[in-house]
Amino acid sequence: MSNPQQLRYSKEHEWISDAVDGASTVGITQHAADALGDVVFVQLPEVGDSVTAGEPCGELESTKSVSDLYAPVSGEVTEVNQDVVDDPALVNSAPFEGGWLFKVKVSEEPEDLLSADEYAAFTGN
Amino acid sequence: MTTDATGRRTPLDAVHRALGATMTDFAGWDMPLRYGSERDEHNAVRTRAGLFDLSHMGEITVSGPQAAEALDFALVGFVSALAVGRARYTMICAEDGGILDDLIVYRTGEQEFLVVANASNAQVVLDALTARAEGFDAQVRDDRDAYALIAVQGPESVGILAGLTDADPDGLKYYAGLPATVAGRPVLLARTGYTGEDGFELFTAPEHAVALWEALTEAGAGAGLVPCGLSCRDTLRLEAGMPLYGHELNTGLTPFDAGLGRVVRFDKPTNEGRFVGREALERAAERAGQTPPRKLVGLVAEGRRVPRAGYAVVDAGGAVVGEVTSGAPSPTLGKPIAIAYVDAAHAEPGTRVAVDVRGSHEAVEVAALPLYRRAR
Repeated sequence: MSNPQQLRYSKEHEWISDAVDGASTVGITQHAADALGDVVFVQLPEVGDSVTAGEPCGELESTKSVSDLYAPVSGEVTEVNQDVVDDPALVNSAPFEGGWLFKVKVSEEPEDLLSADEYAAFTGN
Repeated sequence: MTTDATGRRTPLDAVHRALGATMTDFAGWDMPLRYGSERDEHNAVRTRAGLFDLSHMGEITVSGPQAAEALDFALVGFVSALAVGRARYTMICAEDGGILDDLIVYRTGEQEFLVVANASNAQVVLDALTARAEGFDAQVRDDRDAYALIAVQGPESVGILAGLTDADPDGLKYYAGLPATVAGRPVLLARTGYTGEDGFELFTAPEHAVALWEALTEAGAGAGLVPCGLSCRDTLRLEAGMPLYGHELNTGLTPFDAGLGRVVRFDKPTNEGRFVGREALERAAERAGQTPPRKLVGLVAEGRRVPRAGYAVVDAGGAVVGEVTSGAPSPTLGKPIAIAYVDAAHAEPGTRVAVDVRGSHEAVEVAALPLYRRAR
C-alpha cells in the first residue's frame, strides 16, 4: 500500500492534509482500514466541536471490534463527511479519498506527526 | 495486526500466507481471520461457496469393543444408537452438569468413533475422555496431529465436490460421514458444518491438505468459491443461531440453561443409564421446567451500533435483564444482530429491550433463533 506523500500521519494511524481554505482534512490510513476489516459504523465529531490532539473524537466499528478515532491535531471541526456516515465501507475502499472523515481548523499540530516514509517505516511497510 | 510467532501452524499455513490472509491467534493456533473483505466471504458462503481451513479443531479417536459404551458414559448423548457413517451433535459435561465442550461425534466403524472438539477445549476433552474410558474395553487416542480439516460450505458445494469424487455427495445425508476419495486423496467426507448452509467437511491426513485445498479451489473457481477466514465463520454461525463455546456455552451453564436440553439423553439404556453429570443434569432439567432461567434469544438492532459480547441487555427503565454473548453486523440481514441470555419475562419474540452499547442504550427487538434459516 502507498501512503500519499503530501499527507502527515499520526502513530494512531490517522492522516491529515495541509490546510485548504483554512481547514485540513482527516482520515484513517489504509493500514488502519485493513487492520480493522469491514467498517460498518462511523461516529464522527460534530461541526463546531473542539478536538484535542491524541484524544478520542469518534468511533469506528468493524465486524470484529470497535476502535476509537483519535484527533491527530487540536482544533475546531468545520465539516464532517456525511457520505462515510451513510456508507462506512468507503473507509475501506478509499481511505485517503472518498473515505475522509472530517475537516478541522487546526489550532495546534503536534511535532511528532510522521511523513509518509516515516509512517511506512513505523507500520513496517 | 499482530502475528503470534509462537502460534501453531496448520498444514495450510503457506497457502494462507501466499493468499495474503490476515492471520489471527485462535486458541494458540495461527489461523486465517480473512483473506479480503469478511463481508464478501460471508456472502459467498450464503450464495455460492466458501473454503475454510479448520485444522485447529481437535480430533480424538475412541475405539475398541466398548467404545460406544464408554462414550455413552462420558458424554450426555446416546452415542451407541448412532449407525456407522452417521454423526451427532452432543456435549461433554462435568459432574456438576456444567458444559465442558460441545462436540460432533462421527461413528466411523462398529467399534470406532471420531470425536471433534473445539480447539480451545481439546486438551480438556482428551483428558476427560481418557479418565472416563477407564474400566471400559476402549482406547482413547489423541489424533489432533493426524488430521487436517477443510470445509466447503455453501449452496454450490455439492456441485463442486461432485466433480472431484467418485462418492455421491448429494446422496450423503446431513450429519453423515463416509470414507471417500476426493481429488485422488483419501478423506472422511462429512456433510456437516457451522455456517447454516449446506456443505461438507473433509478430514484428511496433513500431507494431503495442500493438494485438496488446491483441487477444491480450482474446481470451485467457476462456481464462485472463495477462501474464507474465521471472521466470516463467526458471523455465519451467529446468523444461524449456532452456539460458540466460550460465548453461549461455558462450564457455569448446563445444556438446559443454554436451551439445548434435548442433547441430554436420560433415556439411554447403556451402563444402566449412568453417565457423567446425570444427577446434576436431572436437577437442572427439573429447574428449567419449573422456573425457567434466562433464555437464549436472538436480538436484532434497530440502529447501526453493534451489541457485543458482555454488553448488558436492559429494559425500558434501564434495569439489567440479560447479557449479550455474541454480536456482529449481520451481512445477510443488513443490521447488527446478537445472541443474548435474557430473563424469561423479556424473552418473548417481539419484545423491545435495549443493549447498553458503551453507555448508550440502543434499541433492539427480541427474535427467535436462528435469525437466518436457509431455504431448502
